[in-house]
Amino acid sequence: MTAHDPEAMRRPNAPTTTYLYDDYDAAFVRERVAEFREQVRRRLSGALTEEEFRPFRLMNGLYLQLHAYMLRVAIPYGTLTARQMRRLADIADKWDKGYGHFTTRQNLQYNWPKLVDTPDILEALADVEMHAIQTSGNCIRNVTADHFAGVAQDEIEDPRPTAEFLRQWSSLHPEFSFLPRKFKIAVTGAEHDRAAIMVHDVGLRIVRNDSGEIGYQVVAGGGLGRSPFVGKVVGDFVPRHDLLAFLEAIMRVYNRFGRRDNKYKARIKILVHEKGIDDIRAEVEAEFAAMDRSVFAHDPEEFERIAGFLAPPPYESLARDSQMLRAAKLETPAFANFADVNVSAHKIPGYAIVTVSLKPIGGVPGDATSDQMRALADASERFGFGELRVSHEQNIILPHVKQDDLFALWRMLDAAGLATANAGLVSDIISCPGMDYCSLATARSIPIAQAISKRFADMSRQRRIGKLGIKISGCINACGHHHVGAIGILGLEKKGQESYQITLGGDPTFSASIGEILGPGVTAEQVPDVIEHLVDFYLAEREEGEAFIDTWRRIGHARFKDVLRREGEDGADI
Amino acid sequence: MAQFKHPQILIASNLTDGEVVFLGASGWERDHRRARVARSAEEAAALEASGKRDICANRVVDVYLADVEIGGDGAPTPMHYRERMRVKGPSVRLDLGKQAAGGAP
Repeated sequence: MTAHDPEAMRRPNAPTTTYLYDDYDAAFVRERVAEFREQVRRRLSGALTEEEFRPFRLMNGLYLQLHAYMLRVAIPYGTLTARQMRRLADIADKWDKGYGHFTTRQNLQYNWPKLVDTPDILEALADVEMHAIQTSGNCIRNVTADHFAGVAQDEIEDPRPTAEFLRQWSSLHPEFSFLPRKFKIAVTGAEHDRAAIMVHDVGLRIVRNDSGEIGYQVVAGGGLGRSPFVGKVVGDFVPRHDLLAFLEAIMRVYNRFGRRDNKYKARIKILVHEKGIDDIRAEVEAEFAAMDRSVFAHDPEEFERIAGFLAPPPYESLARDSQMLRAAKLETPAFANFADVNVSAHKIPGYAIVTVSLKPIGGVPGDATSDQMRALADASERFGFGELRVSHEQNIILPHVKQDDLFALWRMLDAAGLATANAGLVSDIISCPGMDYCSLATARSIPIAQAISKRFADMSRQRRIGKLGIKISGCINACGHHHVGAIGILGLEKKGQESYQITLGGDPTFSASIGEILGPGVTAEQVPDVIEHLVDFYLAEREEGEAFIDTWRRIGHARFKDVLRREGEDGADI
Repeated sequence: MAQFKHPQILIASNLTDGEVVFLGASGWERDHRRARVARSAEEAAALEASGKRDICANRVVDVYLADVEIGGDGAPTPMHYRERMRVKGPSVRLDLGKQAAGGAP
């Protein structure tokens, strides 16, 4: 349902802000499901070996993990309708184990699907205009975007039309379906980076030049994994009409020069690092100059058509500040905490952006039960034009809530176990599934997140600490973005035991930096103690208004290392 | 052939549902305690050969040998924490996986 559906528009709070498949899209996704159904049939019959079948299942997001298959469903730029969220819940109940895991790529993973059921699951997804295509493999993956897109006060332009444009360009792109390695793109249109564009293969920042023209600053060669790099600017201002051609040129350069002899050196970040950004820029500019750009010329009509789907919903004219909100905060301290921590300013007067934390104290970061998914769908329809977002921080965003409705929404969320007031705080931890689910993992990450969360369970203490990003990965592939955590934790194997390496000083924003290793690895049991010592030291050292990363930058890494060394000498087992 | 250091069992994933299975005396078992234990390099090679046959027969995928220790009851337990996880299920969801069905201690 969209603004283009008159039936839908008659409903109050009906979904309005989503891309709607056209006949081509719908037919393509249906054909793909039918194709995969046949591939599964041939696999089960023995006509295809596992070696032959594996690329097909991966192209449809189906992995084989530690305990079962895992299906990764694409959520383009993290935007979902209530109807889609309900379908995700129904799939979790019918074919999985009643829950799903929201990922750092704004996607959703089911941990227990059966191979034989997967075609039916994909069919159910296609019914609501969803799929799992290009959520795996050496192709351009789900394009991510700022989860506050379209509603942030600091935004130049909603990045989602660009992201959708790129999705259409990159979907089954014949030249880029077998790249040297996977390729991840993120887009932001805001002055503050909430999409971590500096650590993507390509990051796009929507900017305006001196003459007021909209364009893109293009960053390439960022990435995490075993060799983390902050991206470098390859195009300072690429006008919109050149964007696709410019990206095409980058992809061609990567496809031509990217290493295929060693998968660990195959990402574009290695190419940029080894050749240098000046060489890469020269190659891209040469390719751009030589190519037939007419094929990739910007189609403003199509861009506007896409932008129309993602247009703002029909907001009411409201006062800037809600008296009801003020009164409810005074009456109910728990709600006041939620409103202070999980509610962000909206560009439209009288509205608010709500972050629904999927990080209850001691919970599994990013997990939501099917009942919680339905509660979120209901909440979005009742209070937010039926739209939801998934953040790369593994939370759910309700982007259009009237301030007057915040208290009623909070009560609804609270009843569903979704009102933890910790967005951005120390217990709002990003964590990959780690060895509890993932076959690549070298250690568990979820129990570490749970232990830290419990250690800092006192919410007033969390608020005193303030914004602090802890990010945990269960292996060097860094799905938990540990390199860019103010405090990063990496799970490794050391002499047959799980061991955790801690880094400090990571930053995923425009001022991006890669965390520095604190010292030798520690055991799982020691991690909460170490984190607590670091936080206490920060609290003792911080100056007015300083976040953890600011203090770390001001006083230096060595001081943090020293405090741990001293604590160790005093008897703490660190 | 790699040096044989510890008793071993053969682990795989069932093709149709992905569940972890173990080669037993008369086929693939869902409980590791019923796994056949190889106590020599020759026995381990025999397990592997059976696994390869069942890969070709489209019964299982991702087949490999895992070192185990033998408990007082004679049942094998994987030595590495990764495989210990596989015989139980996620440590953060004791209601899921084999541990939930009482299939693993």
